[in-house]
Amino acid sequence: MTATDNPQTTTGVPFTLNGKAVEARKDELLIDAADRHGVHIPRFCYHPRMNPVGMCRMCLVDVDMGRGPGLQPACMMPVTPDIKVDTESEATKSAQDGVLEFLLINHPLDCPVCDKGGECPLQDNTLSFGPGESRFVEEKRHYEKPIPISPLVDLDRERCILCDRCTRFAKEVAGDPLIHFIGRGAQTQVNTFPDHPFSSYFSGNTVQICPVGALLAQPYRFKARPWDLETVESTSAVDTTGARVLVQSSRNQLTRILGLDSDAVNWGWLSDKDRFAYQVTESENRVTEPMLRRGGDDLTPSRWSDATKTAARALRGDPARVAVLGGARLNIEGQYAWAKLMKGVIGTDHVDCQLSDGLPAPMALGLPRATINQVCAPGGVVVLLGPDPKEELPTLYLRLRHAIVEDGVSLIELTPRPTSLSDLAAARLHCVPGTVGQVAAALAPGVSNESADAQPADQMTAARALLDGSRPVTVVLGRANLAESARYTADAVGALQRLVPGVTFLPALRRGNVLGGLEMGLTAGFLPGGVRRAGANFPAWPFVPDFDGKDADGIMRAAANGEIDTIVLLGADPMEDYPDAALAKAALERVSTLIAVDAFVTSSAAEADVILPAALFGESDGSFLNLEGRLSPMLAKVTPPGQAKADWMVAVELATALGIDLGFVTLAELRAELSSMATTFASVDWNRLASADDGPVLPLKRQWVLEFGDAATPPAPSSYGLRLVVDHKLWDQGTMAQESPSLAGLAPPALLHLNPADVEALGLSEGTPAIIDRDGATLEAPWVADPSVVPRTARMAIRLPGFDVRSLLTVGRSVTNILIRAAGGTH
Amino acid sequence: MATNTYVAHAPGYVDNDGPKIVTRRFADPESHTLERYLATEGYDGLRKAMSMAPAEVANLVKDAVLLGRGGAGFPAGVKWGFMPPVWPRYLVVNGDESEPGTYKDRLLMERDPHQLIEGCVIACYALGLNQCFLYVRGEMALAQERIAQALNDAYANNFVGKGILGTDVDIDVVLHWGAGAYIVGEETALIESLEGNRGMPRLKPPFFPAAKGLYLKPTIVNNVETLSNLNWLLINGADAYKQYGSEKSPGTRMLAVSGHVKRPGVYEVEAGNISFRDLFYGENYCQGIRDGHELKMFIPGGGSAPWFFGDQLDLKLEASDVGAAGSMLGSGALVVMDDSTDAVRACLRLVRFYARESCGKCTPCREGTSWEEKILERILDGHGRQEDIDLLLSVGAQISPGRYPAASFEDAGLSAVPFPPRQTTICPLGPSSVAPIVSAIRRFRSEFEAKIVLDHGDHDEVDHDHEDNHDGHGHAHDADATAVAAGGH
Repeated sequence: MTATDNPQTTTGVPFTLNGKAVEARKDELLIDAADRHGVHIPRFCYHPRMNPVGMCRMCLVDVDMGRGPGLQPACMMPVTPDIKVDTESEATKSAQDGVLEFLLINHPLDCPVCDKGGECPLQDNTLSFGPGESRFVEEKRHYEKPIPISPLVDLDRERCILCDRCTRFAKEVAGDPLIHFIGRGAQTQVNTFPDHPFSSYFSGNTVQICPVGALLAQPYRFKARPWDLETVESTSAVDTTGARVLVQSSRNQLTRILGLDSDAVNWGWLSDKDRFAYQVTESENRVTEPMLRRGGDDLTPSRWSDATKTAARALRGDPARVAVLGGARLNIEGQYAWAKLMKGVIGTDHVDCQLSDGLPAPMALGLPRATINQVCAPGGVVVLLGPDPKEELPTLYLRLRHAIVEDGVSLIELTPRPTSLSDLAAARLHCVPGTVGQVAAALAPGVSNESADAQPADQMTAARALLDGSRPVTVVLGRANLAESARYTADAVGALQRLVPGVTFLPALRRGNVLGGLEMGLTAGFLPGGVRRAGANFPAWPFVPDFDGKDADGIMRAAANGEIDTIVLLGADPMEDYPDAALAKAALERVSTLIAVDAFVTSSAAEADVILPAALFGESDGSFLNLEGRLSPMLAKVTPPGQAKADWMVAVELATALGIDLGFVTLAELRAELSSMATTFASVDWNRLASADDGPVLPLKRQWVLEFGDAATPPAPSSYGLRLVVDHKLWDQGTMAQESPSLAGLAPPALLHLNPADVEALGLSEGTPAIIDRDGATLEAPWVADPSVVPRTARMAIRLPGFDVRSLLTVGRSVTNILIRAAGGTH
Repeated sequence: MATNTYVAHAPGYVDNDGPKIVTRRFADPESHTLERYLATEGYDGLRKAMSMAPAEVANLVKDAVLLGRGGAGFPAGVKWGFMPPVWPRYLVVNGDESEPGTYKDRLLMERDPHQLIEGCVIACYALGLNQCFLYVRGEMALAQERIAQALNDAYANNFVGKGILGTDVDIDVVLHWGAGAYIVGEETALIESLEGNRGMPRLKPPFFPAAKGLYLKPTIVNNVETLSNLNWLLINGADAYKQYGSEKSPGTRMLAVSGHVKRPGVYEVEAGNISFRDLFYGENYCQGIRDGHELKMFIPGGGSAPWFFGDQLDLKLEASDVGAAGSMLGSGALVVMDDSTDAVRACLRLVRFYARESCGKCTPCREGTSWEEKILERILDGHGRQEDIDLLLSVGAQISPGRYPAASFEDAGLSAVPFPPRQTTICPLGPSSVAPIVSAIRRFRSEFEAKIVLDHGDHDEVDHDHEDNHDGHGHAHDADATAVAAGGH
């Protein structure tokens, strides 16, 4: 609900609609005002989330502004006092007849084979408002039938009615103006520029808003008819934004995800990952029955009872020698059940749902939380102290972009690299790894720019002016660089809190429900509800761990040293996904029992002794906690394949094998216990969760004092030339993308990005790969000169095909210095 | 810019011995050079303007009733007064002359570019702004080249740029080359194009340029000829200006006459003082229809204007009179067609232009104009049907509802429908395509019928009741045709 929905804050504008006296809100467009009063004015080009253009002319209605009635486009006309609107006049009707007849003269009418047939605004408007027959006897306009304009979207230009929705979306909303009108008159068409596909992360939205079947999603094309689809409202678990979605299935198969227009979260938009990653559920590689390694043999299918018995045996030992990694894939209920099983039953605190790629739990949980709408509120200042949101939280990126472009929000970048928002930023402070805390501290009044590590004075001045307290400030906080300790980010947080009292934070972590995992206690030192382990009283639990556990890094090191016997992987794949590849390998090979709860035999699960098949998104009921602390439903639409089970049920099965009653056998019982244990969930009405608008924002108004000690001293430059920046691309070799057929090929090849000045200084020549050397560990990599790279840094993305940057990363390092030389040269 | 690739300027200017304001330097073949310009009162208007307060300059233009020459004929001084007190603000000069038949601005840009630049600077000064964009049509290579040269010279001599004429006034003039789209002559489309977007018109309101123009800032869009008057007007004053022309439209204006007259060309005339007959038949002007032919019809104001006929010859070239008579003077382009002209073919030629130039934004224009073109082509190809004539009118009525402006046709008892047409589109391009259709069918329906050979039977004698049915579907006529066709079987 936006502010304008509150009747107290609006001044009504009286006008006459079809003879009835009604009121519009201030500045409300006639088409919206009519909608609210139950009068539907037909439209094609108008979309409430984009600027109106008034070009389809379908919404022409008779409006008398005092000089007699005349046709006006309702989508472009703010209601002014005392106008008389007639949406049923003869003039209106003949204009509607005319526009529909015109639209249909070149429309192919291949509705029987069109994906849109049955949910098509052109069909609906024709039926309700059209002339019934065409007088057109000429040949229609012909184009080649669907042409692919991207790996995900096909374009059928014959069906296109040129409403400008997709092109407007690409330009105004996504900021990827890769599709455009070309040609003139009736030969006008939408198309891409030659050799530049519509490779936007947001291309699927154009399919959803197309009012005809001109834009087609390749994964959905010819898969179902709209009237065969069943729908539930749910929440995307692709990243922590928690975009609200409609999940649709046909014959017990997920067939389509649509964006749900939620005022609070995603405004109806989705990234292509949100939209198309449902395909993982249909992957041929799904694990559909428990797998067990008997002796030294291969993993073979087994019964649940055998698998859980084997797992239970391994979990019975010394709790301090049992650890859990992962859990961000799970829903809240699964996370609670596993937290209770591992902490409250087994008794271990070695639990981490982050794989050394997020933020320390106290930072993610304990900073005063902002909502997306607060961050994007008109006139505010946003500090980006995290990754490129377009690559890691793309749906949030759309909201941020809109706030900056349309609502006067000013952005300050405190990032190790320019991001997709840099062109729109009011101040750009791109910090060499290790210096972000120092730069943030230098923003305080009276501090000289010299301590700001050579940041441009104009940018520092601009940032200081924005942080002078006259405008509300929020921070989008995340992990911008995997090759740099989160410690420096913590220092920057501290500096910003001292500089701007009352500053609030949006913890922009990447992994699905990771904030739910943290809240549910899947992290060392905490129990559900953000309660610290030490001294906690959890009556429903047999006991609580009696030691503070290790985080992922600690668990890995301990395992590699032989201090851990059993690791449980909750949908985690450290072999591929943990930043220090060598350590992950050593750890998983050393432990005596590895238990994987997963839907795929990942590289890590392949090492497991037991695999317990898990249900995925859309296959189990539960809920999701997004980065705002918003609890929204994540519902089952299809049944899990084979013997796969919801994660919480797996926990119950394991408890049973351990001879323990976990205390719940239904979701309702689990939720009741969760609410009674986690105070932040005390007020949640679980029965109404699915029917609430976008789900309640939990009371997470924490203001913990973060104990990081004195600000870290940035490491001095070493003889090693460049500092490494490692981050994520949206399309990578993660399981979700790789197991979705249409997303699998989208990851770009790995590439080392260097500033042109550094390229010259290093003497690299085009066509010769670079040798990256970190303390003797070397890696050969293709490189590109990229002016957006901050000088004296080198940038790479993790988990891309080509080379594995993780061989350069070692956990525990404050920054990663590398030396680069040309391959084949002697340096 | 220094190399003159295009040597010869466009032909067509006719010196008609009348008073001259904007074309007064045209006799000199070097009139486009700064040297010649300075020798002929060049930049004296600017000097005069800068000795006055900006508001005084604006008042002078208002007093002179300098009418816009781009087509709408709105007083420039009044338009200037619409600007809200918001800065930055811009002046945009519309040199995208492309209305079929119009080629006056082209001559002004090619042959007296300094006069235009001076006008720009005076207007900027009067409007209190310092950024002017001069948008020149893509196809006019010589005009672009000469303006570029003139601008360089004007900058070098401090008539444009920083500290103009030693004052603290800074005014920049930027030359922008169009890419060749008719619709960009429409001011909001021109602004879109100038912003780097595809040239498509914006809806007014809210995008009235004076309020939300270029980059959504207040913007005045003036025509080339309008601003070319300012040099003379500043030097000689409003009273001197008003001694020329009629009371309602003072001064002179340039008219481009093309078609079947003996001496087509561009004339500078005191428009309100002469009639179409004077212009087409006068010795000083076009000297009559070519030998052996009679006038059949003429377009008084560019391809978008409804046609006039012999009945309208004695109208004065006064915008209000022409508007009441059912057409417009528009941008001053007159196309004369004699009795050798096939009305249907002429109609198709014009409709095809609009179909090709439709920007594709509004459904009725994009789809309607091409449908009209297809129907007319079919009729001319011998595949017309009786109902196609009324279908043409009906399709037109879906683009431009209500009674379409048309000249009176006394023999048929039809009175004039005054200008302008209504529209279901954002801009007038779509409705413009209806002008030739309504004009031709209303006057020459029999020519259409003669071309319709399908189901023709023997109903040549069908009663053309000449009812003014272009806004209906003409059911009465359909019924006749059907009856006759049925009878013929």
